[in-house]
Amino acid sequence: MPFGNTHNNFKLNFKVEDEFPDLSKHNNHMAKVLTKEIYGKLRDKQTPSGYTLDDVIQTGVDNPGHPFIMTVGCVAGDEESYEVFKDLLDPIISDRHGGYKPTDKHATDLNFENLKGGDDLDPNYVLSSRVRTGRSIKGYTLPPHNSRGERRAIEKLSVEALTSLDGEFKGRYYPLKSMTDAEQDQLINDHFLFDKPVSPLLTCAGMARDWPDGRGIWHNDAKSFLVWVNEEDHLRVIAMEQGGNMREVFRRFCVGLKRIEEIFKKHNHGFMWNEHLGYVLTCPSNLGTGLRGGVHVKLPKLSTHAKFDEILGRLRLQKRGTGGVDTASVGGVFDISNADRLGSSEVAQVQLVVDGVKLMVEMEKKLEKGEAVDSMIPAQK
Amino acid sequence: MAQLSFCRRSFSGRSCKNFTCAPSPSHPQVQPYCIVTMATQFTRMLAGRNTAAVLASLGAGTLATGYLLTDSTAAAERRMLYPPSADFPDLRKHNNCMAASLTPAIYAHLRDKSTPNNWTLNQSIQTGVDNPGHPFIKTVGMVAGDEETYEVFSEIFDPVIKDRHNGYDPRTMKHPTDLDSSKITSGVFDERYVLSSRVRTGRSIRGLSLPPACSRAERREVERVAVMALSGLKGDLAGRYYSLGDMNEREQQQLIDEHFLFDKPVSPLLTSAGMARDWPDARGIWHNNQKNFLIWINEEDHTRIISMEKGGNMKRVFERFCRGLKQVEQLIHERGWEFMWNERLGYILTCPSNLGTGLRAGVHVRLPNLSKDPRFSKILENLRLQKRGTGGVDTAATGDTFDISNNDRLGKSEVELVQLVVDGVNYLIDCEKRLERGQDIKIPSPLAQFRR
Repeated sequence: MPFGNTHNNFKLNFKVEDEFPDLSKHNNHMAKVLTKEIYGKLRDKQTPSGYTLDDVIQTGVDNPGHPFIMTVGCVAGDEESYEVFKDLLDPIISDRHGGYKPTDKHATDLNFENLKGGDDLDPNYVLSSRVRTGRSIKGYTLPPHNSRGERRAIEKLSVEALTSLDGEFKGRYYPLKSMTDAEQDQLINDHFLFDKPVSPLLTCAGMARDWPDGRGIWHNDAKSFLVWVNEEDHLRVIAMEQGGNMREVFRRFCVGLKRIEEIFKKHNHGFMWNEHLGYVLTCPSNLGTGLRGGVHVKLPKLSTHAKFDEILGRLRLQKRGTGGVDTASVGGVFDISNADRLGSSEVAQVQLVVDGVKLMVEMEKKLEKGEAVDSMIPAQK
Repeated sequence: MAQLSFCRRSFSGRSCKNFTCAPSPSHPQVQPYCIVTMATQFTRMLAGRNTAAVLASLGAGTLATGYLLTDSTAAAERRMLYPPSADFPDLRKHNNCMAASLTPAIYAHLRDKSTPNNWTLNQSIQTGVDNPGHPFIKTVGMVAGDEETYEVFSEIFDPVIKDRHNGYDPRTMKHPTDLDSSKITSGVFDERYVLSSRVRTGRSIRGLSLPPACSRAERREVERVAVMALSGLKGDLAGRYYSLGDMNEREQQQLIDEHFLFDKPVSPLLTSAGMARDWPDARGIWHNNQKNFLIWINEEDHTRIISMEKGGNMKRVFERFCRGLKQVEQLIHERGWEFMWNERLGYILTCPSNLGTGLRAGVHVRLPNLSKDPRFSKILENLRLQKRGTGGVDTAATGDTFDISNNDRLGKSEVELVQLVVDGVNYLIDCEKRLERGQDIKIPSPLAQFRR
């Protein structure tokens, strides 16, 4: 909508070959999947809110990607994008999510009691535990597409919902545009504050428009439950604490999410969800659970083991530096989290993290004692 | 005002029989250009956004929350749910021309309109909303997506133009175009002071959307039209084209060394306006073999034309500039294309600050004594000149060498502006020489803004 490519019908006067992007130097999921045939088939379509194929792919055209890292290269502008442009998005989803088929169903399980263990990760190794996900609010278009009016309506509704929480979830909202300097410093020190996106992956998709209008941060008084409003998704929900009690973090995460969802439902704006894609979010990589559950864990010896990456792969985990995605590890401390999002439930994904991290800590301890760990290397999960 | 048909170029380049309807400097007797378009195959309804009802298509299983209605009903619904007041941007911390002029009333009046290309007000102002500006530097804060933008949204563009161009009122004034370089006098500077001379402008191809709005096919069409025309240049203007995407490393390094190469824009003023989309597709540089006439294709405007050379012969630089421009215009005319131009606003470019002549004529000049004199800024101001560092806009001066050029773009002709630069630079050099000799200098009286 706001970006230059939306005069869709006018473009139909040009042939497909003339409009088709030059993807010869590109390495992202969109570039691998998009053909002139698919482009020709989809380019005269729009979602009811006016989102077009060119809007979907703009970020992937503008960001050829990295020779070693495969980015997704497309975004959704609204819930209907995943239907209207399924000929493009289904193959991308399949590529990104381990062969997930258009007929597959995704299971949602936010019953924290179904998690086994997770309260006994050794705090000498596991420094902190965190679970995050995203939620989109039905009836509004997504961050690449929404107008200022919609974004403000999302903020208003979110703040109403969040400020009605009580007990362990009692907290307050800090709108980005009216934050005082003192509040800003505090939020930075707590590692809560998010910045205007600078990554061209996000800016080319239009997600930084009108910054900081309609954006803000809510957190509970205990600083263990945090919600970002109108960053890359309508809502990003985060539960975290120091130490290794992932079970408690997941409990708080599930309980808080359910409470928030109830309030949105009462306002006739539940979360975007369907049987096939689970929770619908802006980036196809976050479909399903949208969940990243992880720990900061000290693995100085194991991380230098020749089979470290293979172990992670088998455990269905991924590593990042402690600054988050695209950062390097510092002092042998890694951010270890689940690699999957779609096709398995929240409980299942957090279970993988809990079991996998427990195993790797035991392997680390063995390596400290100078013992071999080859027998402990797990089978593919 | 007479309702003339606006003829959109056919995209194969065939000339259209309505070709002479729209006025151009070569046909000034034609009546003022009116934006009301005929129902050609390229005209879109001006009623509002999302009026492309017929082509909305829904897949099976989409949700029944009103989205199964036809697109125009959905659009009307959204407009009701979100009145203009809900969408009005928060401009309290902003310091740009758009923020200074945009009121909720104007926004409400214009929000649901669109140009025939479906370009909207929200798209025009996005860059000004995203970039609040600097307390000392007032940016424009809005861009045009096509020629019609300046008409459909004149309620906001006219006051912004007036603000930026020192009171020029597009509703009542006419802009003079004059590319007769023979009129320039005293156009050769003392080369002990002037190191180089340069004149640049921009030109847009009528019928194709501007860089914030254009699709890939349109941008490629701009490239095709421009390159085809340029390949017809002969003699001292003969040259070749380097496409940004196909350049090899050696060519790239050569162009960098010659200070010809332009980069993907990083300034948020440009990226927020969508001008860097699809980079480097259909972008490129053309220059003549003598390397003193250079065209940028599809950077911030369809074309940027630059004439330059070392030394102080501004008259020759301007002569080549005018000659080159005229020849390029002739070459595109032969194929049924023309430049965007009208009597109110002169040459139409992406940024309102470049309307009129789009012309910046300047020199790199050494002024070691004058630049230290406290009266320097006032002298420049009265001469209607501006100083920049030798890296261009937003750079600082190195040593005593400055880039001195005209402030104005609209309301004075090309000849007038170049003469103003010539007279002004000669005055500055004279001041410099006087200070060298220990003589005093005078602040000149201020020049008139533009002829009424």
